[in-house]
Amino acid sequence: MPLLEVKNLQVRVEEREILHGLSLTVNEGEVHAIMGPNGSGKSTLSHVIAGKPGYEVTGGEILFKGEDLLAMSPDERAAKGVFLAFQYPVEIPGVATMTFLRTALNAQRKARGEPELSTPDFLKKVRSVAASLNIPQEMLRRGVNVGFSGGEKKRNEVLQMALFEPSICILDEMDSGLDIDALRIAADGVNALRSQGRAMVVITHYQRLLNYIVPDYVHVMSKGRVVKSGGKDLALELEESGYAQFEDQAA
Amino acid sequence: MNVALVKPTSDRASGESFAAARSRLPGSGVVSEVREAAFAEFSKRGLPHRRVEEWKYTDLRVMLREVAPLAVNPDEAALNRAAAAVASLDVTDTCKLVLVDGSFAPHLSDVASLEAGVRLHTLREILETADNSTRADLLRTNATSDVMVALNAAMATDGVVLGVDNGVALKRPIHIVHIATQSNAASFTRSLIKIGEGAQVTLVESFVAAPDAKSYQVHDALVSWAGDGANVHHVRLVEDARDASNISTAIVTLGAKTQFNSFSLTSGSALSRYQAFVRFGGEEAVANINGVNLLKDRQHGDTTLVLDHMVPHCDSREVFRAVVDDRAHSVFQGRINVHPDAQKTDAKMMTRALLLSDEAEADNKPELEIFADDVQCGHGATTGALDDSLLFYLRARGLPEKEAQALLIQAFVGEAMESIADEQLRETAVATAARWLATRG
Repeated sequence: MPLLEVKNLQVRVEEREILHGLSLTVNEGEVHAIMGPNGSGKSTLSHVIAGKPGYEVTGGEILFKGEDLLAMSPDERAAKGVFLAFQYPVEIPGVATMTFLRTALNAQRKARGEPELSTPDFLKKVRSVAASLNIPQEMLRRGVNVGFSGGEKKRNEVLQMALFEPSICILDEMDSGLDIDALRIAADGVNALRSQGRAMVVITHYQRLLNYIVPDYVHVMSKGRVVKSGGKDLALELEESGYAQFEDQAA
Repeated sequence: MNVALVKPTSDRASGESFAAARSRLPGSGVVSEVREAAFAEFSKRGLPHRRVEEWKYTDLRVMLREVAPLAVNPDEAALNRAAAAVASLDVTDTCKLVLVDGSFAPHLSDVASLEAGVRLHTLREILETADNSTRADLLRTNATSDVMVALNAAMATDGVVLGVDNGVALKRPIHIVHIATQSNAASFTRSLIKIGEGAQVTLVESFVAAPDAKSYQVHDALVSWAGDGANVHHVRLVEDARDASNISTAIVTLGAKTQFNSFSLTSGSALSRYQAFVRFGGEEAVANINGVNLLKDRQHGDTTLVLDHMVPHCDSREVFRAVVDDRAHSVFQGRINVHPDAQKTDAKMMTRALLLSDEAEADNKPELEIFADDVQCGHGATTGALDDSLLFYLRARGLPEKEAQALLIQAFVGEAMESIADEQLRETAVATAARWLATRG
């Protein structure tokens, strides 16, 4: 059974159709890159998979481990193993990062019928992951993402990814706002998770990120559809020729 | 044409209750005269209503309707029920002074463990025994002409009268505990606290109900003076029964270089009004007056602050937060008066209300009145709902809707609660908020 199956997905936002019948299949352990110009519907796809309110699914379906993902609330999806790394992680003043991580992890475990993690086990786990991502303890004591740089926010997303151990990670424009060094640290974190057999959907506008997270498959999106799929070489091809050719195809 | 002035029935009822209660009110002679005058004032003006500017959002003629009959002195059964309420208080490591239905209860109080440098009397004791000039002053105030303070003067049966000597630093908080055991009855208390120069005091006030006490009324006044250089922490916790009313007034006078840090948390009472009149009487004093109202169902919670900067170089800060659910109604009125001599005043007031339902209501009325020309004053008020983007982020990380909301609400009130210096009291406030959140439907 595929891990994630998106079948002929049609999505509207306020009367405007953004996705016009998109299909995508991701198996366990595979890394798929989704590329496309601005406005092609890449982020919409990531939001709909995570369950963000405000999108109306008018057709098609999404199956996750064979179950109807669209029937689940965002928190149920997270507990089942879907993780969205946000393009712009929000700042939550007054909620300490540690409190947030612990509340979220235990909520997921509870939803799966697993016991809560003890405080020492939790701390041990967070510390070891944080160290591998170069996240100082001081950052964990602050409010969630409050006063974090762009790179720190993305590293905090990767930290959560490592902590929650999802089956699939949707990375929405992970490279936006990052310099090369910050990008490399975040990508190293993602690659470490990949080696544990997690599937990834890497959404990006630029080929650059794919130098660090090398995909198994590349899909090109344009105007709400996947217009071409191929291997990692497709990304390099795009870098040469741009998206214009695909926009003509989609029209 | 002659127009007959007919008193509203509520005021007639109050007049009858005063007549009935008169014989049971402590004090005679000049004390009685002060009471009669105060009651005459109340009779003339009646319960405040929406056309009285200070009570615009809290119309007691509609919400309180009438003053309930004066509670009787607690009997042994009542004291036993009060003892149960004392035992279930969250705050434990304090020196408790317990008032049951408006009467001081020595056997429930930690009188024996009062620290050196603290002098304790009861209001009743002074009204009944001290010389005339002392005792009548206890019922007078120049700080406000508020009619509910006048009613309190007319009816007050008891309270604590505390003196803290100069330079004394108390190790344990002094804790005035108001417990109601009777239903459909009103208690009237007035406590007076004089804090010496350079003294350090933490004062806690709790308002709670004994099991099964319903629809009672609390009418309280706290009058406090902080001597020069005193450091005063004040925490109020209002957890009255959900069908009770609590009308409380604090009148505070601050000496030079005092630090006054006050926090009020209201989660109980169907109707509550906390009005604080704070007067800067000496230079270089700093006051932080913060509060949180947690309201649901049809609760109405009103916080009204009046700050009078009389002298130069004083700072005041107010941070107020209201969380309003269901059909509840929060009111915040904050008034900062900067008098002509109060140059270099630095005063800021910020109030925020979080509405959790379409029918919840919040009224914020910050006011500045400035008669000095070299001051920094500001105020801000916001009202809004929980941020959808934050909620989605938390839910995408696995938090169910209610838990995600609870985390954000705790963060919202947390900023005001952080001002509580005493760790035990801060944790109590946080735990009270968590309990409140856990009972949200």
